[in-house]
Amino acid sequence: MDLLITPFSNNSFMLQALTAGILVSIACAIAGTFVILRGLAFIGDALAHGVLPGIAVAILVGFPGILGAAIGAAFMIGGITLITRRSRLSSDTAIGLLFIGMLSLGVVIVSRSNSFSGDLTRILFGEILGISTRSILIQLITTIIIAAIAIICARPFLLLSFDPEQAQVAGFSARFYHNIMLFMVAATVIVSFQTVGTLLVFGLLIAPAGAGALLARRIEVMIAWAILFGILSMYSGLLISYYFNLAAGASVILVTVLIFFIVFTIQNIRHRRLVHPRELKHV
Amino acid sequence: MYNQGKAFASPKNPGALCIQTRALDIGYADEVVVADINFELRPGEAIALIGTNGCGKSTLLKTIVGLLPLLGGHLSVFGAPPGNTPSRIAYLGQFHASGFVLPIRTTDAVRMGRFPLYGLWKRMGRQDDDIIFSAMRTMGIEKLADSPLRSLSGGQQQRTYIAQVLAHQADLLVLDEPTSGLDAGGRELYLQAINNELRRGASIIVATHDIQEEAALCHQVMLLARKVVAIGAPQDVITPEALLKTFGIVVTGDKRLQVIETKHGHGGSGPPDVTQEEH
Repeated sequence: MDLLITPFSNNSFMLQALTAGILVSIACAIAGTFVILRGLAFIGDALAHGVLPGIAVAILVGFPGILGAAIGAAFMIGGITLITRRSRLSSDTAIGLLFIGMLSLGVVIVSRSNSFSGDLTRILFGEILGISTRSILIQLITTIIIAAIAIICARPFLLLSFDPEQAQVAGFSARFYHNIMLFMVAATVIVSFQTVGTLLVFGLLIAPAGAGALLARRIEVMIAWAILFGILSMYSGLLISYYFNLAAGASVILVTVLIFFIVFTIQNIRHRRLVHPRELKHV
Repeated sequence: MYNQGKAFASPKNPGALCIQTRALDIGYADEVVVADINFELRPGEAIALIGTNGCGKSTLLKTIVGLLPLLGGHLSVFGAPPGNTPSRIAYLGQFHASGFVLPIRTTDAVRMGRFPLYGLWKRMGRQDDDIIFSAMRTMGIEKLADSPLRSLSGGQQQRTYIAQVLAHQADLLVLDEPTSGLDAGGRELYLQAINNELRRGASIIVATHDIQEEAALCHQVMLLARKVVAIGAPQDVITPEALLKTFGIVVTGDKRLQVIETKHGHGGSGPPDVTQEEH
C-alpha cells in the first residue's frame, strides 16, 4: 500500500503533478464527451496542434506559454470556422492542411531557439513533473469554468449532439452553441498542454470519454466514467513513470488508451451476439 | 372527421393564421427549388405535401421552421418571420445523424421535445413527466422508456422521434415523412396521434407519400413537383391527372422533359429512377 502512496506524499513535484493531472482529467472528460458526441475529434486534434506556433513564439519572446497557446487556438478556431463556412471541398481536407501547417510553423519557430529539441519536447510531451502552483491555479479556474458551461448549456448541448437542426428549431442557435463548444475544447487544450503536451492532450480528450461512451446510457454518466478513467490513468501513469523511470506524460496517455481498449474488448465480448442497431434499422 | 378541429382554434391566438405565404420562393443558396407558393394554414387544420423525392417538400418545411432563408416573397409563421416562435413549433426532420452514438435513454430523447418551452434554465416538473410518459404511451414505446435509444430498432426510434414532437404540445407540427420506417401498428398509432393533436387545436404541415390514408385526412393537399402542381381539398386535388403531373412528367428549367418513374417503396427512400429524353 505504501508503494502506491509514498511517491506522492514524499515528493512535492509528484503531488503537484497529480493535482494538475486530476484537474486536467476533469476538464478533458467534460470537453472530450462533447467532442465525441458531436464528432469533433478531428477539430479537437487540429486545435491541439494548432496551438504550437503560439507557444513557440511565446517561449522565444519570453511570454507565458499559456498566452501563446490561447492566441494560437483563437487563430485556429477562426480558420476552422472560415473553412467550414466557405469550403465546398470537404472541410476535413482544409482543416487537416491548416493544422499540419500550424504544426510545421511551430517547429520552424522553435528551431530558432537555442535549446531546440529541449523546448520542442517540452511543448509536444508536456512537463507534468515541473508544473508550477500558478499553473495549477489557472487549471483550477478553467476547469470550474468548463464545468459551469457544461451545466448551463446542458439542454442546447444535448440537442446539438442529437441533431443541430433540432437545436436550431427549438430556439437554441446551433452556430452559437457550437462555437461555445469549440471554445470549451480550446480552453481545455490550452490549460492541458503543460501537463501532457500538445501531442498527447488529444489522447486525454478522446480516450476516457470514448471508454465512457461505450459504458454509459446517459451523458452525465458518460462524463462521470470519463473523469474516473482520466484520474485513474493519471494516477497509475505517474506511478509507472516513477518506478520505471519513464516519460510521465506519455505513460499517462498509454494507460488511458489501454483502458479504452480494455473496455472496448469487454464490451465487444459481452455484446457479441447483439446485432448492431445500424443493421436492425433495415429489418 | 378532421373538420371537427375547426371548432377548436388555438386558445393562444384565436383566428390568427399559423402559416401564411405570398409568392414564396424556396430553395438553397443559389438555386430556387419551388417558386411562387401561396397558401394559408389555419389553427386546427392540416396540410399534406405530396411529391417525389427532391420535389421541394423538405425544402418548404425547412424554410417554414427557419432552417433555410426564403429566396423571395413573403412567409409568416404565427404572424412573425420564420424561426421567431420556437416555443410554438415542433419539427420532425428526416435524419438524426447521432442517433447511434448518443448515450441517452428513450425517455431523455422524448424529454428534449419540451426544451423549447423551458429555455436554458427553467425547471421541469411532475406535469412534464406526465406529458412525456403520455407521449410515449401514445406511440406505444412506454415500456422502452429506460432503454438506450441506440439499442432501439429503426422503427422504434422513429416512434421515439414522433413522441418527442407530441411531447412538445406545440401549436404547429412540422413533420417530414413521419411514417417512414414505421410498421403498420406504428402508422395506426401515428394517425391516431395527429388526429388528437388537431382536435387539441394544433395545426399540422406534413410531407408524406401516403396518399391513401394520411393525405386524404388532411384539410388541404399540396402537390409539388419543383412547382405547385395543385392545392386544395384532397378530393379535388388527388386526381389521376394531377398525380400524373406530380409523379409522371416534370418539365425542367432547361426545356427538356424528365420522365420520372417513382417506385413507392415503403418509406420512399432512395432516388427515383430518372431517364432523360430530349424533346
